[in-house]
Amino acid sequence: MDIFLQQIINGLVLGSIYALVALGYTMVYGILGLINFAHGDIVMVGALVALTVIHTLFGGSVPVAVILTGATVAAMLVCMVLGFTIERVAYRPLRRAPRLAPLITAIGVSILIQYTAALVWSKQYISLPAIVRTTQFTIGGASFTDLQLFIFVLACAVMAALLWFIKNTRVGKAMRATEQNPDVAGLMGIDVNRIISITFLIGSGLGAIAGVMVVLYYGLGHYYMGFILGLKAFTAAVLGGIGKVNGAMLGGVLLGLIESLASGYIGDLTGGILGSNYRDVFAFLVLVVVLVFRPSGLIGEPASERA
Amino acid sequence: MNRIQMLTTGVVLSAALVMQGCKKEEAPKPAAKAEAPAAAAATVKIGLASPLTGPQAHIGIDIKNGAQLAVDDINAAGLTIGGKPVRLELVPEDDEANPTKAATVAQKLVDQKVAAVVGHFNSGASIPASKVYSDAGVPQISPSSTNPKYTQQGFKTTFRVVANDDQQGPVDGKFALEKLSAKNVAVIDDSTAYGQGLADTFEATVKAGGAKVVAREHTTDKDTDFKAILTKIKGNKPDLVFFGGIDPQAGPMVKQMSELGIKAKFMGGDGMQTPNFVKLAGDGAAEGAMASMPGLPKDQMPGGAKFLEKFKAKYNADVELFAPMGYDAVYVFVDAMKRANSTDPAKFLPEISKTNYNGVIGPIAFDDKGDLKNGPITIYVVKGGKWDTMEVVTPGGAQAQSATAAAAPAAEPAKAGEPMKK
Repeated sequence: MDIFLQQIINGLVLGSIYALVALGYTMVYGILGLINFAHGDIVMVGALVALTVIHTLFGGSVPVAVILTGATVAAMLVCMVLGFTIERVAYRPLRRAPRLAPLITAIGVSILIQYTAALVWSKQYISLPAIVRTTQFTIGGASFTDLQLFIFVLACAVMAALLWFIKNTRVGKAMRATEQNPDVAGLMGIDVNRIISITFLIGSGLGAIAGVMVVLYYGLGHYYMGFILGLKAFTAAVLGGIGKVNGAMLGGVLLGLIESLASGYIGDLTGGILGSNYRDVFAFLVLVVVLVFRPSGLIGEPASERA
Repeated sequence: MNRIQMLTTGVVLSAALVMQGCKKEEAPKPAAKAEAPAAAAATVKIGLASPLTGPQAHIGIDIKNGAQLAVDDINAAGLTIGGKPVRLELVPEDDEANPTKAATVAQKLVDQKVAAVVGHFNSGASIPASKVYSDAGVPQISPSSTNPKYTQQGFKTTFRVVANDDQQGPVDGKFALEKLSAKNVAVIDDSTAYGQGLADTFEATVKAGGAKVVAREHTTDKDTDFKAILTKIKGNKPDLVFFGGIDPQAGPMVKQMSELGIKAKFMGGDGMQTPNFVKLAGDGAAEGAMASMPGLPKDQMPGGAKFLEKFKAKYNADVELFAPMGYDAVYVFVDAMKRANSTDPAKFLPEISKTNYNGVIGPIAFDDKGDLKNGPITIYVVKGGKWDTMEVVTPGGAQAQSATAAAAPAAEPAKAGEPMKK
């Protein structure tokens, strides 16, 4: 039982990071119908910027809390500028082009960011200095650290704030309107370009927070880390229903849990034929099953409504 | 408008392509530099293949630096073969630790008419590449690939200057049984030829020795999250966790073990015996972790102290792992060329098998498969944030070399006992 509880804790922490990244995919998809493949790499840039700030400031007289806040703010600023620029330079000119063009551009942008990062930060693994000292707690035989708790709570808080923002502010209302129909929203006096830029700013900012979390949690970063993370988060977004903000959150947490439980129990369930290395296979199997029965994801509405 | 769109897409895509192009151009540069002053003497190219980019680049570059140092030393001393002056030139290629890329790189080196190759680092790269070298008749010495299969393919061109996993795995297993009194062991590997091979031989040895393998898990050489498999392992209550893999995984793994409150000891092979492992593990988590490494401790190598000094002076960096092996590999080739009085691979290849050379790492001689005879293995432990020598194990005599059954080579090693000097 304690092992089961431990796997749930692992899954929740991992899932909350996936969920934060998945938000960036789903928000952009909801408004533009574009899969922004560069989003995973924006997260990577956020992680590496935070690492750089931490490496620069750590060891001096600057208090740890200030360093971490500074690293997060710097990562968010860089990522927001990056996300804004990408939309402006690469996606906006293709807004009315066939859907394939922006998709391929997104892949191009992703490669561009990856190799620029490789030039700036080299291709080595960059490790985190001993900045966070974690304390361990044990509940019912399962242990977790204050850092894990912090990541989970922060992720939940950020997501709650986002939901509130979309629901209760003027900009949020405009975002929802643009999501439903950009042309009509434009006719109603909403500056669609501004809303899209804001969407990219928010998505990239959340991605930066996720990047900082990954760095603190795993203690390392490198130029290629955004690819797998982005792929998983995209899967989470699709699982929950891409285009739906709460769907991304549900999908992220669910994917984290599935991965954890699959690695933990797949060996026992299959009598040792399949090992824990099949956990991704299992995660995608769940995705396929969900898509067979609910093609627009768990929370998503039938696609016909959008057309 | 349309034109602007096209333009933007074009700029982005071509920029991306240029980026990729840049990366490819880096490698050949040093070769071009070395070529210039070679006018008077005949130039003999020595290929070098290792991961020069990517997560394992620090280890690959270490090997390259070792080989380059040997080439520079030999050229500085002046080399004459068959009465003619000869100048060596190192041709480094990046295999990205990727098996497919390794075969391509091997072909590239063969096409450049290298006389011999030092490489590759990864077993998973050395094995596919060895076929290419064998077909071309180019001798290959791997400084570091420890998977037994590498030399068991029946190729006459494959050699290595490290003990293989048929030797390393059992030594680790025997050590775990006798010195750590391990009863319940969890084994993890990174699903690579090296990691899995090492983990398999280790598992066989501890099983034969009466310990229970309570969990056998797999991860990949790209993963950084091991919480789920470690949690499962925690439930199996092992007293030792053995990992077959490289430091980018081993570091976070030991960190996550301590976060999960797993008290078991942690042990692995040569791939994690790096300063980087301690760094990646973070705050004290690496303390007490053990790893085996083929070869003597650097400071106990016959030519070790001098080599370390030279290396430090030239590169202003500490030796990561296999630089001494890379250095010696070049000398083994040159030694064979001298005896054959020829730089033609067809002529000096037979001489390599007869090598009896005293290198930085100790006496080098090969058995009939191309494996290093009597390769010693050292077990290290992390103490105070640094790798410290724990025990040197020398597989005794020729029977250790045959090493087909997992437990066979463990017949003698333990008696070598404590570190020899220091």
